[in-house]
Amino acid sequence: MTLKDLKPGESGTITGYTETTPPMRLMEMGMLPGAVVEVVRLAPLGDPIDLKVRGYHLSIRKHEAGMIEVQRV
Amino acid sequence: MPAPDSSASLTEAPARLRRIALAGNPNVGKTTVFNLLTGLRQKVANYPGVTVERKSGRLVGAEPAEVIDLPGTYSLNPKSLDEQIAYDMLVGRIEGERSPDVVVCVADASNLERNLFLVTQVMDLGLPTVVALNMMDAAEAAGLRIDTESLSRALGLPVVPMVAAQGKGLEELRAAVLNLPEPPTPRRWTLMDVVDARVRELTEVLADAAPDLPEAHRFSEVLHALAEDKALEYWETRAPAFKQAVEQARQTLNERNVPYRFAEVMGRYNWLTPLVAQLVTRHKDPSERTWSDKIDAVVTHRVGGPLIFIVTLALIFQAVFTWATPAMDLIEASMMALGTLVRDLLPAGAVTDLLVEGVIAGVGNVLVFLPQILLLFFFLGLMEDTGYMARTAFIMDRVMNKVGLSGGSVVPLLSSFACAIPGIMAARTLDNERDRLITIMVAPLMSCSARLPIYTLFIAAFIPAGVLFGFVGYQGLAMFSMYLMGIVMAFVAAWILKKFVIKGASSYFVMELPPYRMPKIKHVLWRMVERSKIFVMRAGKIIFGLSIVLWFLASYPKVGPSPEFEAQQAAVETQRQVSLDQIAAARGVTAETFMALDPVVAAMQFQEAGAAARLDSLRALYPNQVAGALSVYEVEQQYQAELQQITDAEDGYRIRNSIIGWMGRILEPVMQPLGFDWKISAGIVTAFAAREVIVSTLGILYSVGEVDETSIALRDQLKADRYPDGRPVYTALVAVSLLVFFVFALQCMSTLAIARRETNSWFWPAVMWLYMTGLAYLFSLIVYQGGKALGLG
Repeated sequence: MTLKDLKPGESGTITGYTETTPPMRLMEMGMLPGAVVEVVRLAPLGDPIDLKVRGYHLSIRKHEAGMIEVQRV
Repeated sequence: MPAPDSSASLTEAPARLRRIALAGNPNVGKTTVFNLLTGLRQKVANYPGVTVERKSGRLVGAEPAEVIDLPGTYSLNPKSLDEQIAYDMLVGRIEGERSPDVVVCVADASNLERNLFLVTQVMDLGLPTVVALNMMDAAEAAGLRIDTESLSRALGLPVVPMVAAQGKGLEELRAAVLNLPEPPTPRRWTLMDVVDARVRELTEVLADAAPDLPEAHRFSEVLHALAEDKALEYWETRAPAFKQAVEQARQTLNERNVPYRFAEVMGRYNWLTPLVAQLVTRHKDPSERTWSDKIDAVVTHRVGGPLIFIVTLALIFQAVFTWATPAMDLIEASMMALGTLVRDLLPAGAVTDLLVEGVIAGVGNVLVFLPQILLLFFFLGLMEDTGYMARTAFIMDRVMNKVGLSGGSVVPLLSSFACAIPGIMAARTLDNERDRLITIMVAPLMSCSARLPIYTLFIAAFIPAGVLFGFVGYQGLAMFSMYLMGIVMAFVAAWILKKFVIKGASSYFVMELPPYRMPKIKHVLWRMVERSKIFVMRAGKIIFGLSIVLWFLASYPKVGPSPEFEAQQAAVETQRQVSLDQIAAARGVTAETFMALDPVVAAMQFQEAGAAARLDSLRALYPNQVAGALSVYEVEQQYQAELQQITDAEDGYRIRNSIIGWMGRILEPVMQPLGFDWKISAGIVTAFAAREVIVSTLGILYSVGEVDETSIALRDQLKADRYPDGRPVYTALVAVSLLVFFVFALQCMSTLAIARRETNSWFWPAVMWLYMTGLAYLFSLIVYQGGKALGLG
């Protein structure tokens, strides 16, 4: 499953990527395999998503969330 | 101060500290630390060729050192303009800039892991580095306890805990910086083996191919070139052998499915994650909601979020457009008074005319927007410093993404309602080049405050003051439509540009939502002033210069008095004398004697003042003389009116023969299908300097002297103007056509100049001008011809 499939309030551990070249910025912001990510909420129009990773809030689109493979925790 | 080259400063430690660079993530209080270090003795300029702000100041204290605030970045891997500048500054690759002697890395203690990522990148450059661990109070509040001494040992760098907002830790930071720490020890994180081997090889290739590159920079250069095409291109001409080697390495790694692009990031985090886990202890449940989380629950709520956003916008616009008005009126009045003063003090002549109508009017044209710009910058600063700015992007991204923009475009586009210049400048916060370019290209479609005077003049003159459904005024509705048209067209244009014109990396949206913070009003005000200064200088220079040019174009060539007008004037004067003589002769005296009679003088005064009762009582006493006086009054009235007509015609004749008039007449056949005569066309030509100039040009063309958009005289002159065949020049349809033209046309030199700087080429400004002028022509044509076909106008 990908990060896109997690519902607000759920968390997952990143296991990998569905794409060979996800945006470099995602990695730099700490969205790397092994990191635990919590989906905090969706934006009012359903996209983007507010995530909590490494102790801070990061917002990414569902499109990018779909590139990130996770395992629900 | 002569700048020694960067390689020298690296090999031999400088005798004294001269340059301190401040690096750090956005939203970590870097600016607060900068203000602490420099006091408020700062200088804001731009890096050469780009509008990234270069902020510098003198270090407080005896040491003569310059502190340079680098753009806030998450990484030094150059993807965005800000990252490029930050990196280039650190390695001394910017013209006229030397590598810093020491780097202060400002890090947010409450968000240590991600902040240390950048610190490790800075460390790799081999520069003496100090970590300013800011926001210790926020870390404490979040239940984090950081072992700073062990952190310092692990990094091999001095670490100074700070609460910059309260001035805590400043002395310790100063001491650490002045102590000039040793350059960092060799890198402590590791790349995955297979990539590491390649990087070693490439580092050697680079050393041979570019011997001038300081040894300390090689490693970072190799990593950048390996991961990013843009960084690789840099070497295309400088070290082709290296570029080839990198390409080959990429291919080999690709074949073996090695994720080499992310090797650097993974290597750094793999070192940092256990380190941070070891040094930071939590004494609170991390899942506990902070007050920032609680605010977000409301501010980004499904219903509450958009509502709060709209209310915030409405308040800002209300403020920008109404609070600014008194100040704008004051500025206009002051400039007018200054003009009058100069006219009184200096002898009449071309120089005085140039000074008053060119220079003073030109400065006024710039300054009048200052109140709006100041207010806008104030509110934008407040939004930035509280953290609300990121939430607007979060809320709006879905909508913006639909038309090919991103949530990050919201603020640049909103700023463009005041002025496209700060709007285009604000677009540099977008790190996707394609999004940034599209935002720049459509920003001028937002109705800026310079369009307001034109909207006001033509709507007030030609749109009836009626009310729809009892509360929606036609005029207000017309004004709203102008804004709406611009917004809708900006979205359409963005969509088309994205779809067909501007290719590039597909956009992504990865944005930090920083915790809400209490803004420091002093900082917000300070930044407002600094940014406004940049606006005034940049836009000012252009508008100022062009106003002078325009004055020349409207005043020259000077034509001598035309015999035609002299003859007309003589005829009018003769006519007056003959009429007066007739009236006097009927009463047996000369005109002079008759007009000097007391009852006659009194009767004319009463008539002038409209005092009918007093006139009647006078008539009872001197019926004959009063009747004569009334006839004289009529003759005089007619005489004055005819004289005025001749003067106006003469002024019109002069302008018609000036360069501007000539341009207007050249353009007239092209503009005729839009319903514009030569005067409007001339106005459009002059409005190229700045839109609002059309109001003063029309003022000159209609010779009503000093005008502004609320001037009743100009409004009436416009309504009264006729073509030779008697048709009115301005009908409501022409007015609407002109309004539509101004919504779309790029009538602004300053915008083009800024776009040139931001895109670093004349190509995009040229495209911008062409497509917007094309839209303006097309839509005015549709409005005017369509309106005529429907029998309007």
